[in-house]
Amino acid sequence: MQSRLPILIFAALMAAIPFVPGMPPFWIVLLDNIGLTALVAMGLVLLTGVGGLTSFGQAAFVGFGAYTTAVLTTTYGLSPWLTLPLSLVVSGLLAVLLGLVTVRLSGHYLPLGTLAWGLGLFYLFSKLEFLGRNDGISAIPPLSIGAFKMLSPGSIYYAIWVAVIISALLTMNLLDSRTGRAIRALRRGHVAAEAFGVQTPRAKMLVFIHAAVLAGLSGWLYAHLQRAVNPTPFGAQAGIEYLFIAVVGGAGYVWGGVLGAAIVVILKEVLQSYLPLILPGSGQVETIVFGIMLVALLQLAPGGVWPWLMSFLPEATGGKKPDTSLKLEQRPRAAGQSSVLLQVEKARKQFGGVIAVNNVSFDVQAREIVALIGPNGAGKSTTFNLITGVLSATSGSISVLGKKVDRAPPQEIVKLGIARTFQHVKLVPDMTVLENVAIGTHLRGHSGPISSMLRLDRADEAKLLAEAARQIERVGLADQMHQLAGSLSLGQQRIVEIARALCVDPMLLLLDEPAAGLRHMEKQQLAKLLRELRDGGMSVLLVEHDMGFVMNLADRIVVLDFGTKIAEGTPATIKTNPEVIKAYLGVAA
Amino acid sequence: MNTTIMLFLLQDGITNGAIYALLGLALVLVFAVTRVILIPQGEFVTYGALTYASLASGQMPGTAKLALAMGIVAFAFDLFVARKALHGRLILRSVLANIVLPAIVLAVTLYFAGQKPPVAVCIALSLLIVAMIGLFLYRIAFQPLAHTSVLVLLIASVGVHLALQGLGLLFFGAEGQRGPAVLSGAFTAGSLRFTGQSLTVYGITIAFIVGLWLFFGLTLYGKALRATAVNRLGARLAGIRTTLSGQIAFLLASVIGALSGIMIVPITTLYYDSGFLIGLKGFVAAIIGGLVSYPLTAVAALVVGIVEAFSSFYASNYKEVIVFMLLIPVLLLRSLAAPAVEEEKD
Repeated sequence: MQSRLPILIFAALMAAIPFVPGMPPFWIVLLDNIGLTALVAMGLVLLTGVGGLTSFGQAAFVGFGAYTTAVLTTTYGLSPWLTLPLSLVVSGLLAVLLGLVTVRLSGHYLPLGTLAWGLGLFYLFSKLEFLGRNDGISAIPPLSIGAFKMLSPGSIYYAIWVAVIISALLTMNLLDSRTGRAIRALRRGHVAAEAFGVQTPRAKMLVFIHAAVLAGLSGWLYAHLQRAVNPTPFGAQAGIEYLFIAVVGGAGYVWGGVLGAAIVVILKEVLQSYLPLILPGSGQVETIVFGIMLVALLQLAPGGVWPWLMSFLPEATGGKKPDTSLKLEQRPRAAGQSSVLLQVEKARKQFGGVIAVNNVSFDVQAREIVALIGPNGAGKSTTFNLITGVLSATSGSISVLGKKVDRAPPQEIVKLGIARTFQHVKLVPDMTVLENVAIGTHLRGHSGPISSMLRLDRADEAKLLAEAARQIERVGLADQMHQLAGSLSLGQQRIVEIARALCVDPMLLLLDEPAAGLRHMEKQQLAKLLRELRDGGMSVLLVEHDMGFVMNLADRIVVLDFGTKIAEGTPATIKTNPEVIKAYLGVAA
Repeated sequence: MNTTIMLFLLQDGITNGAIYALLGLALVLVFAVTRVILIPQGEFVTYGALTYASLASGQMPGTAKLALAMGIVAFAFDLFVARKALHGRLILRSVLANIVLPAIVLAVTLYFAGQKPPVAVCIALSLLIVAMIGLFLYRIAFQPLAHTSVLVLLIASVGVHLALQGLGLLFFGAEGQRGPAVLSGAFTAGSLRFTGQSLTVYGITIAFIVGLWLFFGLTLYGKALRATAVNRLGARLAGIRTTLSGQIAFLLASVIGALSGIMIVPITTLYYDSGFLIGLKGFVAAIIGGLVSYPLTAVAALVVGIVEAFSSFYASNYKEVIVFMLLIPVLLLRSLAAPAVEEEKD
């Protein structure tokens, strides 16, 4: 990612603020609040903006953190420093519990589900005896180091902002890693990520916990800043507010969360203190103006303020090219390879009354390019999905190297060395080509989230990126390596998908219409590449409509029509097969 | 357990459930057509209820002025959008819909305000005012955002909720209000007492459900709305104006909300901020219905109402906890039942 310099400057600036002579203490209070809010918003950035999981319930996790320390320090007299890890653990564990229920929900269920438990927990906070019901818990001890007690807003200021900056660094480190790429791929759906071995439920749970722990940290700090807790700041309204702070700031950006917190906290303060002077009168005038300004802000900058501000900065000129001399160990090959890589036997897939694939059998040998052709709707892509575990067959069997893999999920199939591309390109458009391709290396790295946050993953990461860069060069897109995948032409995006699949170090490559959208020259280059791959020992199974391309490239062709195999053979025999001609041209030859 | 109490609680639950059903239906409708999760649905309820109560007690509701103000803003938006291709008919139509209509309604409201008009007039005026607010709300807040993600729409929806709730306090004050019964009188059957009001609630709920069902099943507009819900782009290509669909959805939602408010304000005291929680319970029903199914939503709403009635009797402290936690098992079931991979697009 970018250099550390801006963050250092920011940290120095924040550290200097309390020393500015004549700084009103009230501003420090505001900055404290901004820091507390920013911690929660940062978690939401990761959860919602990056991971695509919308949560209204973050305020409840702030509550867990705050109440944990409140109860333990007052009732049981524990030291606040001891309750810090406990607060984080409680938030994290409850996130696991709630996450088990909600994280699997898709689309709009998730936000609504989180809203529901957010509300429920708020009422629980305000009803439980040991949490002090509506009155909450007061007389919480302040944070202290030795004899120094952080009683004033100015003294806890450092604790808060150290937490914010460390959290931001850890979060950014996490995003810029193997795990981070898996998280960033979540928002675009599961299929592509799972095809490269990402355990999407686990990745989702991970961001959920991360966001909850950050919220718990904010709650812990809040409890020791206010020295009292009550249910009000942990209700649904607060949960909603955190979310819009993240959206206003720019939900996809870690610093967007901090910026959003600053904008919203300051805006509210300004409205509360100055609006009554302009518009005297009863009522929540500031709420009205606040609501209207929020809608206006969204209409002007739907992506949030941070990316809007960043668009004024000169564009960063490309990333650093990874050192391609670093080698990634080859994937272990299954011992005693039989010559039949893939055996499809009487595979059948029914969707209700429609038989998409009807008892199709074929095989792919080692070092062979097999093409699967047929008119639209012949069941080619469905066959691909059966092989790669996206769909499971109604009957029949599929074996890889003689081992049946009928019910295996996509993550297991790719481990066997079968990598694929998609008919409808599934790249993450706002990630660079390099990052997209590096998703393909997911199974060949082993750094987990914790080591990524602490930057202990660099050696592993450098090898993964080197492999990705090598494959990008191999497919001839070295010049586009640092461009956003979404900015490439459709044909180039298909090639990026091939590079991503190659990163798996596969023995069998499944390509779904790789030549669609390519120009003539590009097609020839692609054919050359595929031949090289075959000669290097890889097998290729491809679905393609461009007959010229297929006939010149494939060793063997399997023809499907209406889900049934109608012919199989060398290109020469297929060209003259009357059944095939009939299927394509609709007349008896 | 006492049978009388049980029947009483059941009746209470069904009355509330009927209201939640209406709100749930409106939420489903708006979400399906516009992808907006309509948090301000609760404000339509309070606006309808409190406008009605104010009118009935001889006060001038501020909502009538709000409708005109929003109409003027909507007119400005119309002009701005069409600034490159302004022509007379367009301006005239916009003036009529956005300024003349709310101005007339404001005048009529002013005329009736001092003199405690009959219940029917109060109802008609309240519905009209809130309907216009709903319509202009779509034009001002949501139509410009129609292309954005569900999340952005949701946040905008929160902003609208905050603004409307603040305005509610401004218009109606912090005290709660009650309105006169729409249908007075009552009769007893066995140990149960049916008030005219609760019968009205049942009647109108059923009428609305049947009405919506007929509207979506039989009319061209209804079908256009359904088409928009299924596929926005496809609907546009087929010549359906998605803007119009959005307007109809918001119009229906605001009318349903206001009507619900008018029906409950004689039974319960409503405050300017009561709408949020009432709307949320409609939400719970809508979620159980999966935000797509009308009949399931209606049934779920009845269940929510009944659970609420019983838990407020047995564990009144935990009433809200129980109602909202009701969702968790439902969501759990849903996610277990449908672990299928769903590709999301924003």
